[in-house]
Amino acid sequence: MSADTRVVFAGVTFNNPVVAASGTFGFGREYSEYYDLSELGGICTKGLTLAPRLGNPPPRIAETPMGMLNSVGLQNPGVEEFIRYELPFMRRFDTRVIANIAGESAAEYAAMAERLSDAGVDMIEVNVSCPNVKNGGLQFGVSAAAVAEVTREVRRRANVPVMVKLSPNVTDITEMARAAESEGADAVSLINTLLGMRIDIKTRRPVLANNTGGLSGAAVLPVALRMIWQTRQAVRIPILGMGGITTGADAVEALLAGASLVGVGTASFSYPEAALSIRDGIAEYMNQNKIGSVSELTGSVILN
Amino acid sequence: MRSIFTVTDIRPLASGVFAITFDAPELARAATPGQFVHIKCGHSRPLRRPFGICDVRGDMLTVAFEVRGDGTRWLAVSEPGRRVDINGPLGHGFSNPDGDILLVGGGLGAAPLLFAARRARGRVSAILGFRSDANAILREEFDSVCEDVFVATEDGSSGLRGTVVPPLEELMKTKRFSAVLACGPRPMLRAVADISESAGVKCEISLEERMGCGVGACLVCVCETQSDDVTKMSRVCRDGPVFDSREVVR
Repeated sequence: MSADTRVVFAGVTFNNPVVAASGTFGFGREYSEYYDLSELGGICTKGLTLAPRLGNPPPRIAETPMGMLNSVGLQNPGVEEFIRYELPFMRRFDTRVIANIAGESAAEYAAMAERLSDAGVDMIEVNVSCPNVKNGGLQFGVSAAAVAEVTREVRRRANVPVMVKLSPNVTDITEMARAAESEGADAVSLINTLLGMRIDIKTRRPVLANNTGGLSGAAVLPVALRMIWQTRQAVRIPILGMGGITTGADAVEALLAGASLVGVGTASFSYPEAALSIRDGIAEYMNQNKIGSVSELTGSVILN
Repeated sequence: MRSIFTVTDIRPLASGVFAITFDAPELARAATPGQFVHIKCGHSRPLRRPFGICDVRGDMLTVAFEVRGDGTRWLAVSEPGRRVDINGPLGHGFSNPDGDILLVGGGLGAAPLLFAARRARGRVSAILGFRSDANAILREEFDSVCEDVFVATEDGSSGLRGTVVPPLEELMKTKRFSAVLACGPRPMLRAVADISESAGVKCEISLEERMGCGVGACLVCVCETQSDDVTKMSRVCRDGPVFDSREVVR
């Protein structure tokens, strides 16, 4: 028997549990030169804003032990250009399109969610956790009341399932997950990047022009697993788990911790085809362990 | 494309600067001057390192690099036979203009210009600037493919004393070039662009920026560009590394 890797997540069917994480994959064009995007379960778009944004000045990246910091600052072409130019391209593939949105107010998030769901995306991912912009982003994600408000407004106007992307830069991530769930979120995704910093000791200046940035890559996996596991205990809605997943085994850990889908981000920078080897690694584990469907793995960690 | 290629040769060009050659027929066939390759320098460094393509001879592809940190140190201890994971060729290179061209390289920036010299359609002149004689690289190679080569060193230990600017100004007065291709530190590129533009000569500059994915998806290696009054953050890895100097905001 060969494993069935399909996952029904918040009512949307994914061909497999691997989703390209927002901000690491653009709109898929570049990586489509490396493989057929239909091989992916889904793609979370680069974070979209109502108007185009130029983002932060460079340098925007710093390598760290088994990870990296970024401070892109939501450079994107804006919602309308996305709908006109990028969405038709993404629609050519048999993969789910998840539009990641970042607003400066709850009303702005809601307006984008309506426009994008009417334009035909499969899901909305509400980014209340970008650490690299002054207004919006993380400002919402560190307050349960703000997470609730943004979720409520988006849920009211979106015609597709809504997923809220949570920040690890909080005392208790389950509080944010509950706030999202209580206002009708259909799913949560976690974790976004951890706020970090590097300093060049020759110049005594931070490496990033923005001084601080978001940490991602293999280094953050244990933090992600702990938070996925805690969130699994706290809410009933499904989890797209991500943060440092680099191998099929890492992805299985995230599923066991409580994820229903897994996001692959920074790993693609090391190996452009990383998402596919992770997908294959999950299927291999399922076959070896005679697991018939991905949902059997979700949250099945056996505690000590 | 990404694949594993074998090191055939590594040789020092100057103190801390090496040229490493790979048996890489697919890369060699596809590469054009100004493009780069993205090399995985061991397992413990998640980000690949970008290197401008210095030369292509048959199936062999050469890049030059300076040891600046962990990744390049890993690469520097390579021996023939080592298998290395390379993604490439990547990026938008030089346009290979008709007519006579002038190359202006500063330091390690000379390296990708050698490949441009080899593929040039007209006569090639080169001005190479280095800190001192000990840092000068690839002089014999440039001598063998260029009509004239002018070397300038900051301390005067080889060639002319000073920067590439005086010989550049001199040459622009006496010769007519269809384009200037430049690679090197930003202040040098600014000067070369200013001089070329005021002489009415097209100037293409190759930029360097800290990179993430190398393919244009992550948007970390950007530079501000302007064309038709539209300001953009262009991707050095995808839209560049070579840009028309008039587009790059300085």
